[in-house]
Amino acid sequence: MEKRELTCIGCPMGCQITVTLDGGEVKNVEGNTCRKGDQYARAEVTHPVRVVTSSVPAEGGEIAQVSVKTAGDIPKESIAAIMEALADVRVMAPVRIGDVIVRDICGTGVDIVATRNVERRAQ
Amino acid sequence: MDMNKTKIAIIGGGPAGLAAAIEARKAGVESILILERDRCLGGILNQCIHNGFGLHTFKEELTGPEYAQRFIDQAAELQIPYRLNTMVMGIALAQDGSGDKLITYLNREEGLVQLRAEAVILAMGCRERPRGALNIPGFRPAGIYTAGTAQRLVNIEGFMPGKSVVILGSGDIGLIMARRMTLEGAKVQVVAELMPYSGGLKRNIVQCLNDFNIPLKLSHTVVNIEGKERVEAVTIAKVDEKSRPIPGTEERYECDTLLLSCGLLPENELTSGLGAVISPVTRGPEVNESLETSVPGVFACGNVLHVHDLVDFVSQEAGQAGANAALYVSGGTRTAESEDIRVKAEGGVRYTVPEIINADRLEDTLTLRFRVGAVYTDIYESVYLNDKRILHRKKKIAAPGEMETVVLKKSAFQEVSDLKSITVKLEEE
Amino acid sequence: MMYDVIIIGAGVSGCAAARELSRYDLKILVVDSAEDVCCGTSKANSAIVHAGYDAKPGTLMAKLNVEGNRMMDQVCQDLDVPFERVGSLVVCRSDEDKSLLEKLLEQGHRNGVPDLRIIGREELVEMEPNITDETQWALYAPTGGIVCPFTLTIAFAENAAANGVQFQFDTCVEKVIPTESDTGRIFRLQTSKGELQAEVVVNAAGVYADRFHNQVSADKIHITPRRGSYNLMDKTAGSHVRHVIFPLPTDKGKGTLVTPTVHGNLLIGPTAVDIEDPEGTNTTADELGAVVQTSGKYIRNIPYRDTITSFAGLRAHEDSHEFRIGEVKDCPGFVDCAGIESPGLTSAPAVGVMVAECVADILKPSARKDFDPVREGILDPKTLTPEAYRELVSTQPAYGSIVCRCESVTEGEIIDAIRRTPGARSLDGVKRRTRAGMGRCQAGFCSPRVMEILARELNVPLEEITKSGGASRIIVGRDKFPQ
Repeated sequence: MEKRELTCIGCPMGCQITVTLDGGEVKNVEGNTCRKGDQYARAEVTHPVRVVTSSVPAEGGEIAQVSVKTAGDIPKESIAAIMEALADVRVMAPVRIGDVIVRDICGTGVDIVATRNVERRAQ
Repeated sequence: MDMNKTKIAIIGGGPAGLAAAIEARKAGVESILILERDRCLGGILNQCIHNGFGLHTFKEELTGPEYAQRFIDQAAELQIPYRLNTMVMGIALAQDGSGDKLITYLNREEGLVQLRAEAVILAMGCRERPRGALNIPGFRPAGIYTAGTAQRLVNIEGFMPGKSVVILGSGDIGLIMARRMTLEGAKVQVVAELMPYSGGLKRNIVQCLNDFNIPLKLSHTVVNIEGKERVEAVTIAKVDEKSRPIPGTEERYECDTLLLSCGLLPENELTSGLGAVISPVTRGPEVNESLETSVPGVFACGNVLHVHDLVDFVSQEAGQAGANAALYVSGGTRTAESEDIRVKAEGGVRYTVPEIINADRLEDTLTLRFRVGAVYTDIYESVYLNDKRILHRKKKIAAPGEMETVVLKKSAFQEVSDLKSITVKLEEE
Repeated sequence: MMYDVIIIGAGVSGCAAARELSRYDLKILVVDSAEDVCCGTSKANSAIVHAGYDAKPGTLMAKLNVEGNRMMDQVCQDLDVPFERVGSLVVCRSDEDKSLLEKLLEQGHRNGVPDLRIIGREELVEMEPNITDETQWALYAPTGGIVCPFTLTIAFAENAAANGVQFQFDTCVEKVIPTESDTGRIFRLQTSKGELQAEVVVNAAGVYADRFHNQVSADKIHITPRRGSYNLMDKTAGSHVRHVIFPLPTDKGKGTLVTPTVHGNLLIGPTAVDIEDPEGTNTTADELGAVVQTSGKYIRNIPYRDTITSFAGLRAHEDSHEFRIGEVKDCPGFVDCAGIESPGLTSAPAVGVMVAECVADILKPSARKDFDPVREGILDPKTLTPEAYRELVSTQPAYGSIVCRCESVTEGEIIDAIRRTPGARSLDGVKRRTRAGMGRCQAGFCSPRVMEILARELNVPLEEITKSGGASRIIVGRDKFPQ
């Protein structure tokens, strides 16, 4: 039996939740004060996901960098690999919000998309 | 000097200014001008590239630039004019009895310009409390930045201000920057927080610190900065209940950077220059139920009024300011027969915005925002009109880092005869 | 390189001496280990023009204080330096202490300070409404004033440069070696950037002046860095007092003063703590606490919450507590300008003249015919009429672009500061010349913009821009690749 301690992010309460796991299976959730906490805890211990945001150089852009994000949730453990993959990424301005910058980043099935419009720099 | 004219001038093209402009235009005001000091609209949202914006407004999680763009697009659709790279140097009341405001602004294209406006909406935002204001002893080398300056360098310019970092202050920008710096290749060693609680949102503590095993040390502050040219080490120590460092608890971190996230201050130099009354608590102008300052026809919204934690509420508040400014310039301001009443903030409530209410001028509802002065659990938020309690709401937790909002119905005010006082307070039962 | 005169130290004394010497036909170099002028004591002090009643009658300190004070109007007019004779007050809280004021008054008379008088509480309250209830008497010196120490130092340097003086920065003088050559005595200066040579050396090295003096003289001197910490408050607090207000002096100095600055801020400090480290400009919690505590004794309701920065400076305190200016007896050609502590800033114009006279006695140079005593400051467009401002922006759009919001500094002013000689090369250099970054947000908003302008004007990569030269780089590399 494994116990995992979590802080719930459902609301400002920030309940300290203890999840008991047995071979990856959730046996018990304690410490939460509502159902949202229970759901959060179960998801967080079995398949934690995050959205990663960063920015990459926008060549020829009116500003130096264009901000980007994963278009959806990615597994938490792939954050480092995604950042590493982004290190070599350059885009050419203009870029529009939603433009796919990297397709299927690190095999997550999720695209990296632009989150800002960057026009070409006036010559 | 040119004498340009506009019905409504909006100082600042960030989330507050944009939302105010949009609502004013929707209310039928043709002549609006936004004056923005930066090179693009959107304000500080442009450097807030993390997600989590817009849950209330758009029911989805957007990044800062995406949230801003939705408003920029709307403003474009409504053909609201704006000036970029334009700094407002001063606002004064016209001396001709018209009640107009004279705005002096400066930009490269037009030079120094005077603009006459019937109404002004202040939406200049806030700035960060710098190191000097914190009285942190030590040297003054390079490598000490406010979290927002670091955020701009990393996210907009693409440069790292350091590689080994200590952060003082657990406000949201500090927490967000702990994660950003880590993701971009720096080592964030510790976040120290003077108070016994964090000033940031819970989800930021989990996703920005816990995810990366960055320790958060509550009741700690920086007691020394070493390094004559660039930061070489930072010493933190535990503080007692009066925020005094406790000798013997010092911990020294070798690092090249100290980031500060120690609070935001509304930027009200223009407001003071205009002669509007400033609240010593919020450091923003005192406003009435219409978000109008003590200077008639001058409205305020967003972080220049009081520091918010969610941009959604900024947009909401600003929309209200825009609508009220529109009402003002159309001559439709509701008349009031009763007296203005100053809201009393008591029992743990530090302030309310608005501070001054005239029941006659209320719309259907009144939104009161406030902050509490400490962390309270299982507490009731109450609103009294005279001695009649019209709202009594249980809160599992109320913390200084999270703004509280209550919405009151106009009818509740109408039911009280001879209204003398309005009180917002925390009660144990 | 061989010079007629090398001045070690580009502080206010060295720069004032350089400017006075530039009246002569001489090849002059000012050398400093820092990256700019005004990087030591001159940048961190009370910014006061003292009336001259403090110094002991008969001392050089007393003489040059009063002379410097008298010269300040003309110097600041010629060099376009902000200076205001706001007057100063030494206050005390009891009738007993009044006798000490009388002693100061008498001292002032002997030093030749004009218009001194002792005033009672009634008049004092009228002059300073925020005086505490306990404060009873004051010595009023109408000739006391406030000046911008950065601008004064930079203006001396710019005017010197315009009249032919050269400046070399980032050059640490390690050793001064007097050498006899065929043509007479010369000095070889070993520096971090190679050897320099001069016929005359002026030792204006501030807290390091004892080091160079003792390298060439058997008559040793000893300088103690005496640290003073300050709090600077926002312009919203600038009118809290109208005069320079001192407590009664002690043996450590003139005490913690409260004063407006020429730029409208409120300044309180300094402390007086003797330290070892000549670079020890760190503040400490104790000293900052002491500044607050002592200032509150005679001025009430000081808005400490409007503090925008705190800093510390080092006084070059020589054991004899006297200015040591003149040719060193056992080392002809080596001119001391040492022990210049308060009232050093006030005395600077007179110190410059005295050093120059001393050097002229040695080298017997001829006067330059084309010496121009006037320096035009960096144009502050806020001082223009709206029409003139508009005209300026139409020809130079950079003046239409505000970079520092708090102090309303335009890109035009920053470019001017960088292109001058000696020009700004760092954020602090820009700050001292234009006030960009000097305001309430303390460069939070403007530093990325100022960095861009510096990089563009100096034609260097952004990564090389520093806060104050040396290793004080602002950024350490690109995102994802911090180096």
